[in-house]
Amino acid sequence: MRKLLLAGVAAITLSAFPAAAPSFAQEIKQGGSMTVTYKDDVSTLDPAIGYDWQNWSMIKSLFDGLMDYQPGTTELRPELAESYEISEDGTVFTFKLRQGVKFHNGREMTAEDVKYSIERTVNPNTQSPGAGFFGSIKGFEEASSGAAEGLSGITVEDPHTIRFDLSRPDATFLHVLALNFAHVVPKEEVEKHGADFGKNPVGTGAFKLGEWTLGQRLVFERFEDYWNKGLPKLDQIVFEVGQEPVVALLRLQNGEVDVPGDGIPPAKFVEVTNDPKFKDIIIQGGQLHTGYVTMNVKMPPFDEVEVRKAVNMAINKDRILRIINGRAVAANQPLPPSMPGYAKDYKGYAYDPEGAKALLAEAGLADGFETELYVMNTDPQPRIAQAIQQDLKEIGINVSIKSLAQANVIAAGGEEGQAPMIWSGGMAWIADFPDPSNFYGPILGCGGAVPGGWNWAWYCNKELDAAAAEADSIVDPARAEERIAKWSDIYLKVMEDAPWAPIFNEERFTIRSERIGGDDKLFVDPVHIPVHYDEVYAKDVQ
Amino acid sequence: MLAYIARRLIQTVLILLGISLVTFVLLYLVPADPARQIAGRSATAATVENIRQQLGLNLPFHEQYLRYLSGLLNGDLGRSYLQRTEVSTLIASRLPASLLLMAGAILCELLFGLTMGVIAALKRGTRTDDTLMIASFIGVSAPQFVIGILLLYVFAVQLGWFPIGGYGTFAHLVLPSITLGFLGAGWYARMMRSSLIDVLRQDYIRTARATGMSRTKVLLGHALPNAILPIIAMIGIDIGLFMSGIVVVESVFGWPGIGQLAWQAIQRVDIPIIMGVTLVSACAIVLGNLIADLITPLIDPRIKLR
Repeated sequence: MRKLLLAGVAAITLSAFPAAAPSFAQEIKQGGSMTVTYKDDVSTLDPAIGYDWQNWSMIKSLFDGLMDYQPGTTELRPELAESYEISEDGTVFTFKLRQGVKFHNGREMTAEDVKYSIERTVNPNTQSPGAGFFGSIKGFEEASSGAAEGLSGITVEDPHTIRFDLSRPDATFLHVLALNFAHVVPKEEVEKHGADFGKNPVGTGAFKLGEWTLGQRLVFERFEDYWNKGLPKLDQIVFEVGQEPVVALLRLQNGEVDVPGDGIPPAKFVEVTNDPKFKDIIIQGGQLHTGYVTMNVKMPPFDEVEVRKAVNMAINKDRILRIINGRAVAANQPLPPSMPGYAKDYKGYAYDPEGAKALLAEAGLADGFETELYVMNTDPQPRIAQAIQQDLKEIGINVSIKSLAQANVIAAGGEEGQAPMIWSGGMAWIADFPDPSNFYGPILGCGGAVPGGWNWAWYCNKELDAAAAEADSIVDPARAEERIAKWSDIYLKVMEDAPWAPIFNEERFTIRSERIGGDDKLFVDPVHIPVHYDEVYAKDVQ
Repeated sequence: MLAYIARRLIQTVLILLGISLVTFVLLYLVPADPARQIAGRSATAATVENIRQQLGLNLPFHEQYLRYLSGLLNGDLGRSYLQRTEVSTLIASRLPASLLLMAGAILCELLFGLTMGVIAALKRGTRTDDTLMIASFIGVSAPQFVIGILLLYVFAVQLGWFPIGGYGTFAHLVLPSITLGFLGAGWYARMMRSSLIDVLRQDYIRTARATGMSRTKVLLGHALPNAILPIIAMIGIDIGLFMSGIVVVESVFGWPGIGQLAWQAIQRVDIPIIMGVTLVSACAIVLGNLIADLITPLIDPRIKLR
């Protein structure tokens, strides 16, 4: 087997990185503190388990994985790995680990730890929400069902070399290794704390946990022995939880808070963005998110493609954007604009109520019909649902709105024949990693159209599933463009069947105090959501 | 007396059992699947099933309930689904904040309620009386989140006298305590007024005045102590009222107590936390009532416990 040597590429990225993280790496002095607030409690800081808004980026600062992204971008780069090689058939990934990386407890990290950490995530006893991402590693079935102890596809070749054997070529594997679920944990600490490891996290990250007062605050302290010298920029981050976003904003004005982690609350959006005091500290960024209406293709009359197209044409997206004060851009396809594979030239279904009526008549439903729209019950979702309800009434579809708690809408979507239509707002898909494949499998593929799945349209197109598998088997980076084109095509085919009516892609609006510096991109980082804690700095120590 | 307490304690246990059963049934009927929630959106059906088995969610209802009860008897409230921490740890870490807030609220309601009641009683029939009674009426009727946000806006944002929400110092305690105590203050003002008016009509007050004691002395030495007694017994019952109030007040002020914990858990259907907080609150209410019942005969010898 001829090995496709990628080490060179990796080395270039790597040598570019200290300089690229960026020119200010030399000039910026380390030190200072930052205060961040969140409304909800931080649930756990265990990388195998944490999967919510608050802890996602916090975990990334306490732990590291083999891969990560250039700060503020969606560009992959090696992190704990120094270099990697991918076999020509795309099924063997070999990583050379960085030397001298230390855990917060002082022990050196080795390849055994990497193996242990991923096997721990896959182990059913861990109850990790991320186990499924590792499905392409050999031995996954046995390990995830508990039949085998570890993953036969992970081999430690020497303390600083680890090899992954995959059961199929997987072009997304490097992204998977950048997920929190693949972050490296020290076995002895996990065993010491057992189920409470998530409250006593120990990793190799730029920060270590200093203090955690449950329900009140957490303090992250700089890890002095961090392998990446120069990072983190800050000495300390204080997280205060249980703070309403509106209150956080008032405290920011008083200088008590630097970053309100939940962003600008919708109710204050217009006021804040028009306020000259805030004008210069608001940062806008794209988000790998799409809000959509699903139509259950197994429930008549949505089994008729004409009806689904009619709904697509009947919804006035511009009006919905006005309802949310323009905090989004209109969508016409499943992928968001900042995702590779987004079809720029695709026009989608334009707003055309007359055309929609004609399509309904074609389907033999000239008199319209009655149906239900499920929606999550927090503002502004019910108002958006009402706008959709009015639009659909125009073409004769009488929609009754079912406004429920988030968990209940998700449960209804996962039950066949339960929810004819769902507005995804408040629980919509935000990509786990910046690759077009991440918008397909669970939400549009056959695999997700199962009880308890997230494919709420119950759309299952075997041909597209095959095309998706084919695209993801293209691992050769030289053919990356070809692969992206294939994915682009898949989503346009999905739109021909119209199981969704894509509505908008949310934009993120965030705010930071004058005191905190760093490239705007770091505050709307597409991966380290919501803030890239390692890279931002304090202006008052400069 | 001891027999009475024993009987009441047995009743208490039965009431708590009933509450645990009702809550458990209600949460069981919620159409959200905890296993799916834990497993997350990327999980396979097998993973979900595995989690369901580990948590015993696949068992029939009565077995699940018995499992929970047997845990409860061993002092085990279970582990939070989403926080992955012992519920007892979570509640214990937040209980002091809630107790502090309640103490502040009791202080506020006594301070405001009794003062208003005494003034209204002494100025009975005047405009002052009317104004105070209207104020107390507003106190008992206004929703706490409205009062909380108003106080926050005026005293913290506009005037800057107090911090804008949060926890830690005495200044943080003032506004939430007033908000939580406002409702009780309204009740106490009305009760204190009628109680004091009653007492002031009594013969012994007239006698005391006739002996030449000053008005102030009679009021402080004879009238008030007698008028205040029925109100003291009410405090126990207030603890129950506070349990519902803290959910709102703690959310408005970002107060890290069990009310906030419950509110976050409800939004995310974290069943073990909801169960745990409900049971702890139920305990507080039942014990509060028990204390109120036990204090009453000490205050008023005409009442006998049987």
